Amino acid sequence: MKKLPLFVLVCILLAACTAAPTSAGPQTLTVMVHDSFAVSEDVIAAFETANNVKVQFIASGDTGSALNKAILSKNNPLADVLYGVDNTFLSRALDEDIFEPYNAPALSTIPDQFKLDPENGALPVDYSDVCLNYDIAYLEEHAIPVPQSLEDLLEPQYKSLLVVENPATSSPGLAFLLATISRFGPEGYLDYWQGLVDNDLLVVNDWETAYNSQFSRWGGSRPIVLSYNSSPPFEVIYAEEPLDTPPTAAVTADDTCFRQIEFVGILRGTPNRQLAEKWVDFMLSVAFQEDMPLQMFVFPVNPQAQLDDAFTRFLDIPARPASISPEEIAANREQWIQAWTETILR
Amino acid sequence: MNNGSKPGLKPSSAKRAGLVWLLWLAPLAFLGLFFFYPLGSILQLSFARDEGNWAAAFIQTITSPYVLRLLGFTVGQAALSTLLTLAFGLPGAYLLARYQFRGKALLQALSGIPFVMPTLVVAAAFNALLGTNGWVNLGLMALFDLAQPPIQFTNTLAAILVAHVFYNTSIVLRTVGDFWSHLDPRLGQAAQVLGATPWQALRRVTLPLLSPAIAAAALLVFIFDFTSFGVILVLGGPRFATLEVEIYYQAINLFNLPTAASLSLLQLGCTLALTIIYTRLSGRLARPLGLRPRTYTQKRLLTWRSRLLAGVVVAAMLGLLTAPLGALALRSVTRLEPERNQQGTQAPGLTLDFYRQLSINRRQSLFYAPPATAIGISLGYAGATVLLALSLGLPAAWALARHPHLLLNRLLDPLLMLPLGTSAVTLGLGFIVALDEPPLDLRASWLLIPLAHTLVAFPFVIRSLVPALRAIRPRLHQAAAMLGAPPLAVLRYIDIPLVGRALLVAATYAFTISLGEFGATALIARPEFPTVPVAIYRFLGQPGGLNYGQALALSTILMLITSTGILAIERLRIADVGEF
Repeated sequence: MKKLPLFVLVCILLAACTAAPTSAGPQTLTVMVHDSFAVSEDVIAAFETANNVKVQFIASGDTGSALNKAILSKNNPLADVLYGVDNTFLSRALDEDIFEPYNAPALSTIPDQFKLDPENGALPVDYSDVCLNYDIAYLEEHAIPVPQSLEDLLEPQYKSLLVVENPATSSPGLAFLLATISRFGPEGYLDYWQGLVDNDLLVVNDWETAYNSQFSRWGGSRPIVLSYNSSPPFEVIYAEEPLDTPPTAAVTADDTCFRQIEFVGILRGTPNRQLAEKWVDFMLSVAFQEDMPLQMFVFPVNPQAQLDDAFTRFLDIPARPASISPEEIAANREQWIQAWTETILR
Repeated sequence: MNNGSKPGLKPSSAKRAGLVWLLWLAPLAFLGLFFFYPLGSILQLSFARDEGNWAAAFIQTITSPYVLRLLGFTVGQAALSTLLTLAFGLPGAYLLARYQFRGKALLQALSGIPFVMPTLVVAAAFNALLGTNGWVNLGLMALFDLAQPPIQFTNTLAAILVAHVFYNTSIVLRTVGDFWSHLDPRLGQAAQVLGATPWQALRRVTLPLLSPAIAAAALLVFIFDFTSFGVILVLGGPRFATLEVEIYYQAINLFNLPTAASLSLLQLGCTLALTIIYTRLSGRLARPLGLRPRTYTQKRLLTWRSRLLAGVVVAAMLGLLTAPLGALALRSVTRLEPERNQQGTQAPGLTLDFYRQLSINRRQSLFYAPPATAIGISLGYAGATVLLALSLGLPAAWALARHPHLLLNRLLDPLLMLPLGTSAVTLGLGFIVALDEPPLDLRASWLLIPLAHTLVAFPFVIRSLVPALRAIRPRLHQAAAMLGAPPLAVLRYIDIPLVGRALLVAATYAFTISLGEFGATALIARPEFPTVPVAIYRFLGQPGGLNYGQALALSTILMLITSTGILAIERLRIADVGEF
């Protein structure tokens, strides 16, 4: 009986040793991703065949967790490539110097607005806009006009209608806080938020609670919710019964949305630099870029990639999203969130 | 066996210590390698990032007014939740322990389900019942002609407390109920013959005898509530934070590792202090008892009083534990898409669409796993966790129970609870930092998942087994030893049969803990091999009615697997007490 545990332990250790990859047949490329990453089977299969490589993905929790894992393992990299750092976390990655620069050929076709790392350690892959969404039927029924600016939400007719996510715990929540700071400045944003609170704003900690529980479309009582501009097309694509038009829409007026850009980078010290470059090229290629929207709800930075019909019909892309530089975000993030927490929650 | 060193009732103390060390070998190696080493590594690295004196920084952090307030709330809500859970669970434990009735096994299996349900799913269930537009509020508004929903549930302390009772009642039912079912009812009856009222008999005789099990259950529930994360975030909302929530925010969002490490140490310190108090207390509370088989202790519901009691308790349990889950299961077979484009109300129809859709890889996604695969993966991890947790927990529990006064045991006992009180994110980062060299480069290995689950299950296994083992009369051991039985034979022929039920309880804990675990799994799972909770979260994270419906369908499947698993473990009848 008492030998059993020892036996189990030895088995585990043995299994652990043998589980290490042996170098015969195709090489292995390890790609670290956040938990929203997804890709089509055939797209990956084409990459694997073309380069005689087996891609192993490591999921690492949310964006912050994945990045922190990469930083803590930088002396002994856990993977060859990290995908998923966004512009709100970019400065941390660059300060910790975890990426090797790579001047990918595809960069020349990508618009400059997406390139936030002059060294090209972090290369832009996709973007999405965090925007307010509304329940079309609810607003029509109650004859409430669609809000056209952040200021509109302070009007009495929007009382008790809005639910947003907490910037301290949620990535769209942080994006919206940044949009308000971009619009009203670091001196004015708290006054704006106080106005929202006076208009009975509801704050919850995560997107799932906001969208699946509090949004009037799904049984809640709030017809305006903070989500993405991609959510309305997805209401059509993933409808229970086929729908002709989305039941929701995004507010994409100037300065109301915040653009999130996600990056890929080759992790410093990788023994597979050449393969890693191939992977980065692949992520920027039209095949991968066209696959992304339906898999991950994000949009291609490569202008040659075409969007699926469902998107071209129902997607609104804001002409002028709010923006704040990664350095400014990194320098002030903690202080902005803390001031927000003290004003809004206590 | 006895090669004649010192004949007598007790083996020599040197030999006894040797045996105890041997028992401890595997559990300590496991904890050392997969708990203390990673934890030490991340704490050291975290404090090293802060230039200057780490001790001063630590003291400054934990004495700041903000952290003291945080600690106050964390302890307060945990204490309140634990009291409520005991108050709710003890009558249920009594019913399950003392009475035999139809549907009891099913009730027990159902009451085990909440323990494994993902927080977001539970929150959705409570919201459907008690939210602003929930059924209860809508019903009350219609009934009393109210303009505003009378119940405020979203983002309240009440929501946190209700969810904690929902999650942890099964700990009280299982740990106390099992112990109670073996308690000789004649002790209470004797008191009543001697003139005590039933209430006095309960208070003066039964409760003191039960106190080791109640203390063990209270300790486990308290630590769970103390380190609560998902419930606080999702049901409590942004105004509430526990130490665990703050550690996550500091470590992940701000990457402020020194502060995260200070808070982790504070949390560990509290867990340790609490466990030391508990071990002191439980040493005093434990009494050797003549445990009786359940066929002997349990009655049928014959009197009207017992039937009334059973009715009330069962109704309360079903109301709190099963109703929200039933509402979810119902929604998973209901077409709910509001027909907004058409006038008139179309009655919502029943549908199995969500279940059918689960088996379709609509997006041709590489990480898609059909439900059977996800179930298989979940059950595989759960099986490995049961095996590992029992084979490590049994020797440790045995050493603790047999030699409670040995210094080694007194030192080790409180340490065993630490994995439960450790911040998951801290330990997760610790794995990354510590387990990075062959042969232990487990950072990307699936093995980390059953190992992490075992760390959580291990304290449950210990706390289930030790009270049962301690209750065995020493005379039995002495008699066996006198008749020449070697210690292993004593274990094999006396202890294991006597604590067979407790072993099943421990196995059920390990099984359900592994089945429901999400945090560690999401952090280390390979995306191609999702467990059921991971797959549920994937559906919940996407807009669209179909995704939501599929999340509920998969949650319902998880409920079915859990209850089936618990029933199956119940059927593994290791001989009950007295049946050998």
